[in-house]
Amino acid sequence: MLKYLQEYRSPKDALRLQEKIRRLPLNGRRITLMEVCGSHTMAIHKFGIRELLPETVRLISGPGCPVCVTGMEYIDTALALAAQQGVIMATFGDMVKVPGSRSSLQLARSEGCDVRVVYSTLDALKLARENPARPVVFLAIGFETTAPTIAASLLEARRQSITNYSVLVAHKTMPPAMRALAADPGIGVQGYICPAHVSAVIGWKAYDFLPQEFGVACAVTGFEPLDILQGVYLLLRQVIRDEPRVDNEYSRVVSPDGNPAALDMLKEVFEPCDGNWRGVGMIPGSGLTLRSSWREYDATRRFAVECPPAQEPPGCICGDILKGRRDPVHCRLFGTVCTPEHPVGACMVSAEGTCAAWYKYR
Amino acid sequence: MCVAIPMKIQELRENNLCVAEIGGVSREISLMLLPDARVDDYVIVHAGFAIEKLDEKEALATIDLFRELDESLRMDETDHE
Ligand code: SF4
Repeated sequence: MLKYLQEYRSPKDALRLQEKIRRLPLNGRRITLMEVCGSHTMAIHKFGIRELLPETVRLISGPGCPVCVTGMEYIDTALALAAQQGVIMATFGDMVKVPGSRSSLQLARSEGCDVRVVYSTLDALKLARENPARPVVFLAIGFETTAPTIAASLLEARRQSITNYSVLVAHKTMPPAMRALAADPGIGVQGYICPAHVSAVIGWKAYDFLPQEFGVACAVTGFEPLDILQGVYLLLRQVIRDEPRVDNEYSRVVSPDGNPAALDMLKEVFEPCDGNWRGVGMIPGSGLTLRSSWREYDATRRFAVECPPAQEPPGCICGDILKGRRDPVHCRLFGTVCTPEHPVGACMVSAEGTCAAWYKYR
Repeated sequence: MCVAIPMKIQELRENNLCVAEIGGVSREISLMLLPDARVDDYVIVHAGFAIEKLDEKEALATIDLFRELDESLRMDETDHE
């Protein structure tokens, strides 16, 4: 069946969709659409989607890269934990290069800390099983796509009575962030390209409040070029007709109510809290924290670590970039002082970061 | 880090695990988040977990939607002639 997926990249159909978009009666109207998923940001740059759209249609990137929106104080805490006696720090690969206020995990590793990159939380759990005398701390970041995999690892840890496994939690949830950005008049988002795999977990109905309360158009789309073009087409059609709703272009994966098993696990282990988004600030109800029945797995409770207040790098405008207010080229460090090899700010670190995507496909 | 890829389930194993394949590469994947997945299902895999099924019918229907677009476009084009 995967050969059908090739058809989602058909250049011929892409041109036809482009033509269809160009024929929409935009009448010179300026329309701003925002994608809030790092993988969409990458795909849009990789396939040159911007260049295919009418000039009056602006695509801006939101805070969709989980690594980029993780607060600097979190990195500082992770570094302090990694420096504790005997600790094995397990993490997804893209956290390793993220600069904290004073160092990064990569640097810490070169200074002797035991930092291991894992593909899955179950690999981290395996590390804990194989090293019973050493505490294993997993860096639990990511949106609703990733958070259930951390919840699953905690359920497994409890089932297998693995007691040397803990997590440093900074999960974020998308709808409250989309609410905050929709309510910000300085941004002026008229339509959202809704995240694909976050939606696989939470379901497309989770965005109903955006058209209803804010009149913002929504379309859930996949990551292939035709998915994105079709999504843009659906959004523009909603705006032109002034009929905001949630269109689901990615119906091959996303259902109205999401994945019940994943949602149950999320609910069992986590509860909502306020979330601190790097560059954006505190957004009410946009974070996840361990429920009291799971706090024994909270790394900050097992180790007493204290960090001085975090310091953002001078000159970095990640905050404005994560809100779609400015583009990376407006940063005077972009491409000169700040590159993927030597990232200054968070948006350059992860491949899904807006600055990294601009740099790679410039 | 949100990378998720479609894989095909080849074999179910104990403890909610399975072996899934893409492009000739197989690996062990957890089905904890998708307990009703079966052999031959295509699933979206994120960080070692299957998070949702890939529905073949819907995949084809979406392509049909692109095709429908083709036809309406062609109609437009005849209009212009
Ligand atoms: S280019 Fe670098 S310093 Fe400038 S905003 Fe992006 S990440 Fe920050």
